[in-house]
Amino acid sequence: MEAMKRYFRSPAAVIGLILLLLVIAMAVSAGFLYPRDPLALAGRPLIWPFSNPRFLLGTDNSGRDIAAQIFYGARISLLIGGVATVIAILIGILVGAFAGYYGGWVDNVLMRITEAFQTLPNFVLLLVLVAVFGSTLTTVTIAVGVVSWPAPARLTRAEFLSLRNREFVQAGKTLGMKDVQLILGEILPNALPPVIVYASVVMAVAILLESALAFLRLSDPNVASWGNLIGLGRDVLRVQWYVSAIPGIAILVTVLAVSLVGQGLNDALNPRLKSR
Amino acid sequence: MRILSLAGRRLAASIPTLFLILIGVFLLLQLAPGDTVDALMAQMGGGDAATAEALRKFYGLDLSVPAQLGNYLWHLVRLDLGFSSIYGKPVATVILERLPPTILLMTASLSFAFFFGLVFGVIASRGVNRWPDTLISTFGLIFYATPSFWFGLMAIVVFSVYLQWLPPGGFEDIGTVQTGIWRVLDIAAHLVLPTLTLGLIFLAIYLRIMRASMLEVLNLDFVRTARAKGLDETHVITRHVLRNALLPMVTLIGLQAGTMLGGSVVVESVFSLPGLGRLAYESVVQRDLNTLLGIVFVSALLVISVNFVVDLLYARLDPRIAAES
Repeated sequence: MEAMKRYFRSPAAVIGLILLLLVIAMAVSAGFLYPRDPLALAGRPLIWPFSNPRFLLGTDNSGRDIAAQIFYGARISLLIGGVATVIAILIGILVGAFAGYYGGWVDNVLMRITEAFQTLPNFVLLLVLVAVFGSTLTTVTIAVGVVSWPAPARLTRAEFLSLRNREFVQAGKTLGMKDVQLILGEILPNALPPVIVYASVVMAVAILLESALAFLRLSDPNVASWGNLIGLGRDVLRVQWYVSAIPGIAILVTVLAVSLVGQGLNDALNPRLKSR
Repeated sequence: MRILSLAGRRLAASIPTLFLILIGVFLLLQLAPGDTVDALMAQMGGGDAATAEALRKFYGLDLSVPAQLGNYLWHLVRLDLGFSSIYGKPVATVILERLPPTILLMTASLSFAFFFGLVFGVIASRGVNRWPDTLISTFGLIFYATPSFWFGLMAIVVFSVYLQWLPPGGFEDIGTVQTGIWRVLDIAAHLVLPTLTLGLIFLAIYLRIMRASMLEVLNLDFVRTARAKGLDETHVITRHVLRNALLPMVTLIGLQAGTMLGGSVVVESVFSLPGLGRLAYESVVQRDLNTLLGIVFVSALLVISVNFVVDLLYARLDPRIAAES
């Protein structure tokens, strides 16, 4: 309750929440507002925005409604961003919890693997994964999740390291609780808040990664994605620059909203750090 | 000397990591549809099964996967990255040709982001919660959320198409042969927009970290002592606070080296720069897996060397680190 009050006292956090709700509303209402396939031919190609009331944001190079693609694109961005974040956080928690709880050689091996993932540029690894497994919506989502887990793993490990010798864990051990019980039931709930807050950073990066991949035409071409549209607009950039400009603003607003909400949550949950 | 041995030990520790990456990616690429011979045959315009068989034998692709891996690693120790069938050259040659633009771009972006991140971070921390801070922090947040490729495209529209101040892409003007200083200036003009595009997100990160770290150091006791002994504010900031506040910034260079290399894939594609990132993209599209694996190796090597330099810098900035060991 106290944390919620603190959250709503920060104007940046409130703006972030409003923007995020707006993007979610776009994703939800896409079906009612634009019942037709967003990738179907809708009208004359390259109509400028605000010049034809039927196509508020104009049409792209092949005559598809840009507004419809923006609305459906919100679905794709939130879906890929959300699912990839869940994958990254789950792997991160699993690796971090084991490494932090057991220490010793388990920690050594797991941290070496984490280091390997951090040494390899994540976008290069993403390219390798797409080259191997192809670029459908599912593979791209999983690939984005798989390249994003090292940071949450390190965070979870640090939390586990500081918590594993606390009294309540020792008490649990004395009571004869199993390792799994201790990890999941005792330590994890205490280690979780900073990891959940960090999820907003992971999600922001995941959305940016997917849009960059789509821009390079290496993501799923059969869905209306903002990155796809920017890549398409590149062919007519010299004159009809709006085809690329509009979806870029959508990405910017979404990523901004996610980071503002994350930062707001962080400040609300750790009030002592707020001055930073 | 002690610093060097410390950083050297860290460097030695990264060798197993390098091998882990190579083995992992090598095994991963075994799952990819098609191999070098398929790509080669496609390049030749098809061929019969016997030719394919002979070629596989020639490239050692008829061996078992562990044997192939052993072969690859053995060649690698002698800095032989294999042969690129698409470019018709050894992979090492292809990569070396493409390395200079990327290194130039990364150095320029890093310097840009580091310098302006530092300056804006200091300004923001000096006026904390007043308008300069609010303005800088807001811009930082917006830059952080801007997709780099989109910023690059919009910069092309404004600076190359409408204002016609800067070239829209490429590494240098290939229409005219230039030498000496003119060539340098020409390349610099071509790199202005890519540098801004790649550096923008890092500028946002650096200024945020710099601001936070300044605020933290400003509260420490030695700063109060410095003020109490009558030093003027500029002196306190530049001589006492800055050096300590720089530590997290330097750490960040090492942490972000990989991200920056990944970002250059996209930026080089936007500005059609013939660099390593663009090569990575091309080798994915053309299924040139040998080159892709070579790029993985070289980018990991680059990240490790950046971290080595960062270790040295860090020990130089903070003498306690060298003293501890």
